[in-house]
Parts: sequence; C-alpha cells; structure tokens
Amino acid sequence: MRRSTPQLAGTALVLAVGLVLTGCSSKDDSGDTTSPTGGSSSAAASGDLSIQPLVQIDNKGAEVPAADSSNAADPAGDGSAKCDPTTIAMAGALTGANAALGINILNGAKLAVDAHNAANKDCQVTIKQFDTEGDPQKATQVAPQIAGDKSIIGLLGPAFSGETKAVGPVFQQAGLLSLTASATNPDLTKNGWTNFFRGLANDAVQGPSVAAYMVNTLNFKKVCVVQDDSDYGVGLAEQITAGLGTSVADSKCAAKVKTGDKDFSATVQIVKGESPDAVFYAGYYAEGAPFASQLKEGGVTAAFVSADGTNDPEFVKQAGSAAKDAYLSCPCGPAPEKFAADYQAKFSVASGVYSVEAYDLATIMLKGIDSGVKDRAGMVDFVKNYDGDGLARHYKWDANGELASALIWIYQVK
Amino acid sequence: MSAVMTVGPAVSSVVSAFNVDSLTHNFWALTIDGLTYGSIYALVAVGYTLVYGVLRLINFAHSEIFMLGMFGQYATLMLLGFTPRGDVYTEGTLLTIVYLGIAMLGGMAVSGGAAVGLERVAYRPLRKRGAPSLVFLITAIGASFILQEFVHFVLPKLTNQKLGGVNAQQPIRLVEPTVQFTFLGADVTNVEIVIVVAAILLAVATERFITLTKFGRGIRAVAQDPVTATLMGVSRERVIMLTFLIGGLLAGAAALLYTLRVPSGIIYSGGFILGIKAFSAAVLGGIGNLRGALLGGLLLGVMELYGQALFGTEWRDVVAFVLLILVLMFRPTGILGESLGRARA
Repeated sequence: MRRSTPQLAGTALVLAVGLVLTGCSSKDDSGDTTSPTGGSSSAAASGDLSIQPLVQIDNKGAEVPAADSSNAADPAGDGSAKCDPTTIAMAGALTGANAALGINILNGAKLAVDAHNAANKDCQVTIKQFDTEGDPQKATQVAPQIAGDKSIIGLLGPAFSGETKAVGPVFQQAGLLSLTASATNPDLTKNGWTNFFRGLANDAVQGPSVAAYMVNTLNFKKVCVVQDDSDYGVGLAEQITAGLGTSVADSKCAAKVKTGDKDFSATVQIVKGESPDAVFYAGYYAEGAPFASQLKEGGVTAAFVSADGTNDPEFVKQAGSAAKDAYLSCPCGPAPEKFAADYQAKFSVASGVYSVEAYDLATIMLKGIDSGVKDRAGMVDFVKNYDGDGLARHYKWDANGELASALIWIYQVK
Repeated sequence: MSAVMTVGPAVSSVVSAFNVDSLTHNFWALTIDGLTYGSIYALVAVGYTLVYGVLRLINFAHSEIFMLGMFGQYATLMLLGFTPRGDVYTEGTLLTIVYLGIAMLGGMAVSGGAAVGLERVAYRPLRKRGAPSLVFLITAIGASFILQEFVHFVLPKLTNQKLGGVNAQQPIRLVEPTVQFTFLGADVTNVEIVIVVAAILLAVATERFITLTKFGRGIRAVAQDPVTATLMGVSRERVIMLTFLIGGLLAGAAALLYTLRVPSGIIYSGGFILGIKAFSAAVLGGIGNLRGALLGGLLLGVMELYGQALFGTEWRDVVAFVLLILVLMFRPTGILGESLGRARA
C-alpha cells in the first residue's frame, strides 16, 4: 500500500498541470477575442482617479488662500556650509500595513538631505532610517537604539500618534529633538515634552475644521462617524463628533472597527439602516479602502469623508471607483509642482501625504546643521526658535511644540 | 454602600448600550450577511476539522493556506489577462462564471498544493520521528509565520512587485454586487447567492466524498483507529495527504468566494483572523465533525453580526469567542460532538 502515495501525488501533479494548461489556453482564447484586455483599456477613464487638492480651510471651515511657497527655505542653502559629518534619523512605519505613509516621509526627507549634500560638499549629512512598523510595541524596541546612538542629533518622527505616545519619554530623556511630520493626536503636546515639535496641525484643529466644513459648506445634516481602534482614530472621531454636534453626528450609527479588519458588513448594515448624508471614517487607508468599497457595494450612497490617515494614493487604488468623490482632509499641504516632479524623478513614484512636510522639516534640521548646530541640545534650541517659510506653510512653534498657525486642507478624489 | 452606588449606573449604562433597535431593524440583512461569511468560515473550518479528525493536530498554518489561495486566484486572473483597476470588469454573465471558475481552480490548485507541500515538509518528518504533539503545534505556528513572511517579503521580489508585499493587492473585480431580490426587507445580492450556494455545494460534495467513496472510508477508518486501519490495508500516509489536499482545496475555493466579497482583502496577513474564526467554528460545531464545521461556521457568522449590531461593532471578536466559550461550557465537544471517526456520517 505504501506505493500508492506517489501515485496519488502523481495524480495531484497531473491535475495541477492540467489546471495551469487550462488557464493558459483560456488566456490565449481571451487574447483573441480581446475581452478582458479590451475591457481594461476601455475603462481607463475611472482608473485615472486621484486625490486632488480642493481648498484650504481654517477651524471655522472657511476657505483660506494657499500659502506662497516662493519664499520656502531651500535645503541646498548657498552651498558654503561647513560641518563635520552629521547624522539625523527618521523613524516610522517602513514595512507593515501602513508603510506607505512612512515611506512618503522618508523619501521627502531624503530629497532634502540629498539636495543639501549635493550643494554643500563640506557638510555631509546622513539620514538613518528606523522601522517601527507603525506599531507602538515595535517602536519601544527601536526607540532606545535611536536614543542610544550618540551620532544622531535630530529625529524626524515618530510617524504615528500611538508610537509617538509610547516612545516620547525615551527621546525626552535623551534630549533628542523629535520633529514629527505626521503624528496628529492632540494630547502629544500635553506631556510637557520639551523636545517634541509637530510640523502640522493636530486633530484638535483638523477635527473641528473638517466638521465645520461638512456642516457649513457641504450642508450635511446627518453623519455616521466610524472610527478604528488606533489612538489616531479614537482622537479624531472624538473631535469630529464634538465638532458636528449631537444633532448631526448620529450616535445610532457611530461604529467602531478594528485595525486589520477587512470586512465591515455589520457596520455597513447599521449605516445603511440610518441613511446618512455622509460617513466619516477616522482611521487609516488599509481599513478605509475596503470600508469605502463595501459601503458602495452595500448600496450606501452617502458621501465618504475621511482624514489624513486615508489620504493616500493606495486608498484610491484599493477602493477603486468607490473612492470617487470622497472628501479627504489633511493637515498636510499639496506638493508644489517642482517638488512633485523632483520626487517622481528620484523615487519613480508620486509624492504622497507628508512628503512635503518631511522635506520642510528635514530642511529645518539641515539649516540648523549649516548654522553650526553640533549636538542634540543645540538642535532642540534651533527648532524652538525657528521662524521661516517652507513649501507647505510657515513654520514657527509655540511653547508646547504646536505650530503657531495651523490650517487644514480638504482634498477630493476625482 | 459606595460599591452599590457605582454598580447601579454601570449596570444601567451597560443595558442601555444594548442596541436592540439596531438588531431588530437590520435583522434579515444581518442574517444574510452572516450566512455569507459563515459559509466561508465553514469551508475553511472543514480543513481544520479533517486534519484534526485524522491526526489530532490543530493545523494553525491552515489560515495561511487560505491566504495563499487568495493570491492563487488573483495570480490566475492576472494570467488570464486581467489587470488590477478601479472598475468592475463587465464580461457578461457566462464569461464571468467561466473566469471565476478558472480562478477558483487556480486558487484551489495553489492552496491544495501548498497544504500537501506543508504536510510533506513540515509535518511528515516529525511524524516519522514520533515527535510529541506539542512539537506539531509549534511547527504549525512556525509554518504560519513563515508562509506569511514569504508573501510579505519574498513573493514581491519573485514576481517583480506584482504580488505580495506590505499593501493589499489592488483588486481585480469581476462581479459588481447587484441586488437580485429583496427578502423581508433585506437586499440579497448576486455575490451573496454565489457564495452561499457554492459553499453549500462544496460542503455537500465533501461530505458525500467522505461518506461514500473508498478514499473517504479510508479517512474515516484512520480517524477512528489508525492502527487497525493500517492492519486493514489502509495507507495512513496516503490518507493524511488526502486529508490535507481536501482541506487545501476547500480553503482555495473559500479564498475565491471571500475575495468576491472583500476584493481588497488580499494581503499577507489577511488569512490570520479569518483562520482563527474558522478554527473556532470547527470547535463550535465539534472539531473532527464535518457537519459540525458547516453548522459552526454558519452559526458563528450569523452570531457575529447579531452581536455587532447588539453590542457595537467593536465587540465582533469578543462575541465570537464568548459564544465559543459558552457552547464549550455546556457541550465540551461542540454542538454536534467530535464524530468524524465514530459517526456513520
């Protein structure tokens, strides 16, 4: 009987080969009739969806004209900077489900550092990257490495709010500048950290601004607020719900989902039962994209509104036509044309959310190094007193590490 | 006194948190969605149940077999000339069914092959050396991580970034869910019909196979008493391989059905939670019992949705596992008992 094992394996193999052949021949058939390939080219129209900047708003939801980026600080400087080889670090999700955001930041910073190094032969700056996977637990393992590396005088990051909350004390203790291009949880600046600065508006600005925009400009009367279980999602949903007020934010369809979920049928049914004007999703694109498409497939016609966590090309890619007309807010500014072109040329992908912020913030650190900053204390001091334009906005911080003037952008998928 | 004071409002707030309205209002819609997911759980659960019945092994890597099936059907569709895009392809009903059928076979081939391969590479050497059952369990968990990280890091390099990696695959949508009819106020879509019907057909076919064929009899014999079965001329190794193959094939089919419903769920980590749910479904129905897997899957799917409507969507996993614990408290062997070996079915 033992001999029958290879027989069965053989049968399975034949079956498998047969399947492959069937697959191949069908492909040829369809090639002749051009059905699938023909279909794909004809429907390219909505495959071209992308996230377009719509309007910049203040915390009342009113329009504010975009900042003039012509005075923006240039990382190249005048090319005469002299310094010893210096290291800065970047920490964020470089792998894992939300890696796109971390990579946007890393690339934006690299663009600035490379421009600086190319122009200033006598001042070479290295950027070390640290992958936290966006996970607070991973970040607590990585943070001591960054703090312990004495060559690092400034940190761009951490990227997400949860990890920043978890590892903030480590950097505070090490006296290392922690300059975030993306962590928007409002409580982060309430910890008394003297080394932490946020290069964009926080959710306490984003929430009320977007809520006001939804009520005043988009005239939504009933909104379902759906949040994930991240610090970011919970904080943002709280702000949005408060901003919308109890008459607009419907508590009957206020649902909570979990990071990593891909199927939202109960939430979709509950939302559908309430027929709202809009669904606001507070979370990241990894869940936001399948949620948006399941809402559409479930027959929910409400507008989809979300914030910076979903404001990523990957959202449009995965949600497909369900992403059309979605409103995505972001404290991040749109990429100026030249920046977008340089970025595309260097990394062969379009720049994304926080790329511009990362570029601006890296530039600020580079300015510090050019002006003679050599240690961690000097870097914190330099940023504390910084006052200048960047590509995205004007950078000047208050005593807590928040921007003195913080505005929000609304984007739409078109 | 103060204890009483604090307990009072806490209890009333918990009671008022029960959203009975939401459950009754959406009852049939939730039931239909629950049955849809339940059928997918059921198909995956069969893989756990069969392997457990024959080997007394909980094959934790089965969730990754399912995940590989998702990639298998996706790759098959790419081979057929479909490219990922935002829109749904409109190929006409007949062609769509043909393409879906081929994709399903592709997914089944990958899952079935992977399951048999896993058995040969990971479990058979251990069995030959008579390793204790704990070692099998750890190997299964290890294999699960290896398969996940393979798709996470290695597959993108092998396929020129077309498959695998950190993000979910950009979906290839063949079917637009459209409402076919309304059942007691709940919309029933074509996708839901396809999933439930296909899953039930496959489950029945498997059941018939195990009950009626010579191979099936062999599986039941080994499950019942491996030593006697061997004495009666049943090859244990062959039965084991067959068991893994059937489990893998069903996981592959489930993978296609799942991606019909959740097109952007094709990601290296996408099998994990679903696998744990399917395993729970198997235990709920009575692990080792084929009909139990089906019943457990459907029950878990439906209860999960009712629970979410009642307690809030964030309690999804809690509902599933509390249900499991409650059933096991009163029926430690699951609803239908562990009967693959014993029962005539």
